[in-house]
Amino acid sequence: MSDCVNQSRRSFLEKSAVVGAITIAPGILLHQVANAKPDDQPVSDTVRWGMLINTNNCEQGCTDCIDACNTEHGLVGNNRPQSDTQYIRKVTLRDKMTGHELSLPLMCQHCETAPCVDVCPTGASFQRKDGIALVDKHICIGCRYCMMACPYKARSFVHEAVNNQTLSAPRGKGTVESCTMCVHRVDKDQIPACVEACGKGKHDAMMFGDLNDPNSEISKELEKHGGKQIRADLQLNTAVRYQGL
Amino acid sequence: MINRFLRITFILTGLVLLFPVTGSAETPLPVIHEPEGDGVKCVEPEDVMRRDHMNFILHQRDETMHEGIRTSKYSFAECINCHVEPDDNGNIAAADSKDHFCNACHEYAAVTIDCFECHADRPQKFINRGGKSSALQEEMHQMLTVIEGTGGELK
Amino acid sequence: MKKIEYTAIKGNSLAYYGLLGGLGLVMLIGLLAVWHMEHNGHYVTGMTNQIVWGMPHVFAVFLIVAASGALNVASIASVFRKEDYEPLARLSGLLAIALLAGGLVVLLLDLGRPDRLIVAMTYYNFKSIFAWNIILYTGFFAIVGVYIWFMMDHNMYRFKKQAGLAAFVWRLILTTGTGSIFGFLVARSAYDAALMAPMFIIMSFSFGLAIFILVLMASYNWTGRELGDEVVSRLRNLLGVFVAAVLYFVIVYHLTNLYITEHHGVEKFILLEGGQFTKVFWIGQIILGGLVPLALIYAPGVRNCRKTLAVICTLIIIGGLSTMYTIIIGGQAYPLEMFPGYEVSSTFFDGVVNDYTPSIYEIALGVGGVAVSLVIVAFIIKVLPFLPTSLADKQSS
Repeated sequence: MSDCVNQSRRSFLEKSAVVGAITIAPGILLHQVANAKPDDQPVSDTVRWGMLINTNNCEQGCTDCIDACNTEHGLVGNNRPQSDTQYIRKVTLRDKMTGHELSLPLMCQHCETAPCVDVCPTGASFQRKDGIALVDKHICIGCRYCMMACPYKARSFVHEAVNNQTLSAPRGKGTVESCTMCVHRVDKDQIPACVEACGKGKHDAMMFGDLNDPNSEISKELEKHGGKQIRADLQLNTAVRYQGL
Repeated sequence: MINRFLRITFILTGLVLLFPVTGSAETPLPVIHEPEGDGVKCVEPEDVMRRDHMNFILHQRDETMHEGIRTSKYSFAECINCHVEPDDNGNIAAADSKDHFCNACHEYAAVTIDCFECHADRPQKFINRGGKSSALQEEMHQMLTVIEGTGGELK
Repeated sequence: MKKIEYTAIKGNSLAYYGLLGGLGLVMLIGLLAVWHMEHNGHYVTGMTNQIVWGMPHVFAVFLIVAASGALNVASIASVFRKEDYEPLARLSGLLAIALLAGGLVVLLLDLGRPDRLIVAMTYYNFKSIFAWNIILYTGFFAIVGVYIWFMMDHNMYRFKKQAGLAAFVWRLILTTGTGSIFGFLVARSAYDAALMAPMFIIMSFSFGLAIFILVLMASYNWTGRELGDEVVSRLRNLLGVFVAAVLYFVIVYHLTNLYITEHHGVEKFILLEGGQFTKVFWIGQIILGGLVPLALIYAPGVRNCRKTLAVICTLIIIGGLSTMYTIIIGGQAYPLEMFPGYEVSSTFFDGVVNDYTPSIYEIALGVGGVAVSLVIVAFIIKVLPFLPTSLADKQSS
């Protein structure tokens, strides 16, 4: 490694050079590059990252988002579906009255007032200033109280030893984990892997952006067409919203 | 009484004197991998790193985890990227082997570390995913087919 | 008041060492189970991402709840000034500490990372009921410890009442805390109720007293000390009231839920269609743990029968474990209601009733915790004068 400080500065300059909207796939704009945060600055509450899912565009049987998530985080199965980790899953809903069926991806909803954060005895469950709920696995003792508290069943406990983790998604036996909203990508001004995969597959059912910025694509869409929270009755103010529910 | 005390003292002194001799013969100093190349040097002088690396990593750990600060200077991943390389046969020593950069010293110093329970012990390009990820995908695809086939209860 | 004479038990018989050895073996098996669970990971247990708390938590919560209840006898003596209970106060305090220790050992060893105990001690999230409980448990050890010290030390005896009151208040807060672990879980239909806290307090009275009576009768029987009918029948009547009160709370809890349409699903599940959970609820919790003991306590023919009382106490303990099983595991088996009005299915077991089969390792860990409690009691009454030399009836002494 030559000079780490210079290297980080170089990557920052590279990012600054491309500030503006980049199209990585049709229909998906990377506006958040405009918010680019230098690597040495802490995240701030001026942004709140969120997702909008349009269930009308979400195909039944499609698992692009899930596959991308599993690859990104190196999630491996042990043929024990009851105890294998899933960050994101496809849920099929069938209206009991009308028989209408719809499909949607469900993951950590990154609540503003997250029950997992409230109940965690050590503070391992925490929320970054930009609204992303995470598990600090360094201080997680594996008590699983957050899993009891989560209304969305979004969390998994690592039930067995893990090998060959990816470098950017450390995970190990005895701690709790869940969707990180691809925090390691977001900090590098990329969008979460699931959203990227959904766009690449031309489904365009997922959108990622800054909920605090009234001019962001996601805020405009929410203003125009709205977006529901799952279990809105709990008043958790989730960062993941759904259309067509 | 005093005789006995002296005798024990002698034996103990003898044992203590004996130990460093045999000790150095049986546990050689660890050999660590130093990255090569023009102008390649660590982020701090060697003696500073030897004494304080854990503080640097711990500090960076909390800043990265909680505040999203992702400078690479004291990044754990960067330590691994520079210091963990394959041997002449192309193999990379696992974190629990004494040939691994970290464990070489840690085993010598008898200090147990908890890092590699979660973190990758080698640079990204050497991580062999062994197709296990697709096992999970296959499993989930199968279940999804079952669900959508029956359209209802999952058994 | 007549001065009570306390003596340590001799504890040099073969049977005593046999008891310690047997309990030690149970503890050893528990430790082996823990090693197996922690070495392989929790997949070897019956616990999954669906049923995240299993058998260890059933035992742990039962022991912790019973711990605060075991202190009750001492509280009746010092706080409510019933002198008849005075001789039993020391054992009551000891049993409370022992049960709590046993429960905490189980809870701790089930953690995903029990090696991070130091983290649990040094990082606190003060909004977490779990973190409050860590403080409450530690405080309980300290306060009851001081209380026992004041009871046993002539110089400090005059402060005994204050210490007893502090311990009484503390134990109420502690059980409130334990109940609130579940009561504060808004997400799950079976838990979200403020009634959880008072219900846990009443349960603690019943479970704690049942264990206390068993330990008292066993230690007096096995040491050949005299235990009069007066003491026993007083405890027995008290137990009757507690068992009835527990039943009352369970009925109120379910009636409230039955009135609220939102909770009809989970009620139907526990009361009618829950398979093993419905069975455990009706047979374990209600019949064996409630109605049968109640009938036996007030049955005319067996009033002074010690064996019947031992059966009653055992039934209450079985009922207590069943209660915890229904609340903790039954509550998780019922699916989370995220999409009202929809049939839900996914690869992550959404919308289905979750299955649970306890593994032998979890049970071994739980039973090991019980053994820890009993070893503590058996050892301490040998080294310190906890038991009155005689608890014979007044007229005969």
